[in-house]
Amino acid sequence: MRAASLFVTCLVDLLRPEIGEATVRVLERQGVHVDFPEEQTCCGQAHFNAGYRAEAKALAEHFHNVFEGAEAIVAPSGSCVAMVKRHYPELLGERAASLAARCWELTGYLRHVVGVEDVGARLEGSAAYHGSCHLQRELGTGADPRAMLAHVRGLTVTEPADADQCCGFGGTFSMTMADVSTAMADAKLERVKATGAGILVGADAACLLHLEGRLRRQGCATCVMHIAQVLDHADRP
Amino acid sequence: MPIAHEPAAPWAERVTIALSDIRLRENIARSTTRFAAQRLTALGELPDPAALRARGRAIRADAIARLPELHAELRQRIESRGGHVHLAADPAAVTGKVIEIARAHGARRIVKSKSMVSEEVALNPALAEAGIESLETDLGEYLIQLAGEMPAHIIAPALHKSRAESAELLGAPADTPAEALTALARERLRERFLQADIGITGGNFLVADTGGVVIVTNEGNDRMCTSLPRVHIAIVGVEKIIAHAADLPDMLKLLTRSATGQRISVYVSLIDGPRGPGETDGPEEFHLILLDNGRLRLRGTPHEEALYCIRCGACLNVCPVYRQIGGHAYGSVYPGPIGAVISPLLDPAGAYAMLPKASSLCGACWEACPVGIHLHDQLVALRQEGVRSAPWPQRLLFAGWATAWGSATTYTAFLRVGRVAQRLLPRHGEWLRAAPAILGGWTSTRDLPPIAARTFRERWAERRP
Repeated sequence: MRAASLFVTCLVDLLRPEIGEATVRVLERQGVHVDFPEEQTCCGQAHFNAGYRAEAKALAEHFHNVFEGAEAIVAPSGSCVAMVKRHYPELLGERAASLAARCWELTGYLRHVVGVEDVGARLEGSAAYHGSCHLQRELGTGADPRAMLAHVRGLTVTEPADADQCCGFGGTFSMTMADVSTAMADAKLERVKATGAGILVGADAACLLHLEGRLRRQGCATCVMHIAQVLDHADRP
Repeated sequence: MPIAHEPAAPWAERVTIALSDIRLRENIARSTTRFAAQRLTALGELPDPAALRARGRAIRADAIARLPELHAELRQRIESRGGHVHLAADPAAVTGKVIEIARAHGARRIVKSKSMVSEEVALNPALAEAGIESLETDLGEYLIQLAGEMPAHIIAPALHKSRAESAELLGAPADTPAEALTALARERLRERFLQADIGITGGNFLVADTGGVVIVTNEGNDRMCTSLPRVHIAIVGVEKIIAHAADLPDMLKLLTRSATGQRISVYVSLIDGPRGPGETDGPEEFHLILLDNGRLRLRGTPHEEALYCIRCGACLNVCPVYRQIGGHAYGSVYPGPIGAVISPLLDPAGAYAMLPKASSLCGACWEACPVGIHLHDQLVALRQEGVRSAPWPQRLLFAGWATAWGSATTYTAFLRVGRVAQRLLPRHGEWLRAAPAILGGWTSTRDLPPIAARTFRERWAERRP
């Protein structure tokens, strides 16, 4: 039996646990044995990107110790996976190479390891897909979430104009440069709203929390879903 | 002062000014979107743009690695044809040399083709102070000279101006068509080209093996500057060199397609010295001023690849931050991602230390860069070098955060405290409307999700007892 260790990410753990639960169900439905190493905390990307390299290295060490023996590490986030794959080798040296090779973004794992694009999901409606930057550019796996979404029954997926433009989250940038970050969110949301889609879907919880936070502040009721929740969705008996 | 300008106001103020200027933001959005789309189309026509990009990077990397040797070759060739080559350490050395040349010729009037390096050294103000009139002849530069502004973009200095604003600057009715505005500027500039004693240009590339300066323009004003006046001075950054003229076609392809989406610019001039014996045109005297200004010391450091830049401006056009705030908010003559990298590198003590933070690290700049500079990684590296001088509360916050999250036990304690503390915060439905400290930046414009009543790990523990 195929086994995967879930790296749930700190944001999903603390703020959006239902995304983690959906991730587990989607994987288990594909016959993957999922375990959750309970010592895990955070990949350290926020520290690394804010300039706190030593602090990021300490968290990378912790991550390495927790996941060292995992057959595969799966996370519902392109950005955290990009941190492990692109920057851990720089922080931890040689021993990070094997860790990086075993680390997968959820849809990439489903598509390339499990070998499935249709997970039997059904969701009636139309969705605008927000392609997150690190998944698209740093992992270069933008095709994975799109391929998975294309098989969701009942769902029409559209891409907003300027789809490759960042939503403005950017880690601590969203707080330290809140006005620029928000201007970017507004530009993105204007394009999303122009699609007329009732659902905003993405593969990174961080972008979605930022965009949903802005939508809520504007009093908009657009439904925001993580791709794990979409793939978990079905009219199951 | 390595970059001879000071930002007019603090960062936060500059950003507020830019974000509240709706017309400015519309102008920037229109131009950057158009440039970015044209770039994709033009690169898409090539059989293998990725291979070309890799070749461009290799050409630049080789040149930077062999810089002293290539400079010697360039100098030797230009001098052998009677040209003069000067290495200027800083802005004062450039302006001093230009004024010296002007005085030697009794020159009173200078015409200029577009040059970012001349902006970096604040050449026009220095010339004005010396009583020498200097006129910008690139249309965009002419407009911002009339407006008394800095360029807002590396290749399109007046991209933040609408047609109506441009008309106003030229003293024409707001609804004057673009063609008529161009004709008007052309007519005014033509007279001045004929009167000028000296022509000043920048240079897009220096070619070592033929010993020349390559100038790329769309208006042909560079040709007037290099052929009508008696003296031509080219001012170019030391890093702009490439080893072989044979590599020029690839570099030009990358430059013009990335910059404006053109297969080739309207004019490409290769200047290799003054008028030779028996030649009928060209200046009597040719000077090449190479500006260091902090560039040479970047060789051999982790920031060396910043010297690969060919100043195409593609990273500005795709940058979501630049698209929102435009060029002037950066406060440097070099805005956008490349500006946020090189401004603090060239001028470490200047007012640019916070520019590396002005990025969401989305990587669009890296993706667009024709020579593959890892611009967002450079920004992170600059942030990492900058934390040593970060304020202590911030250092404490990150150190404490990393320590608390160093084990699941302390992480869990941290979240329990957070869950109790957040009860004190005002709500907007389920979500938080306000939060303290760094989180206040978030809640200033967005609702913040609270820590869940039961986190994932708590739910997992219940599921698998």
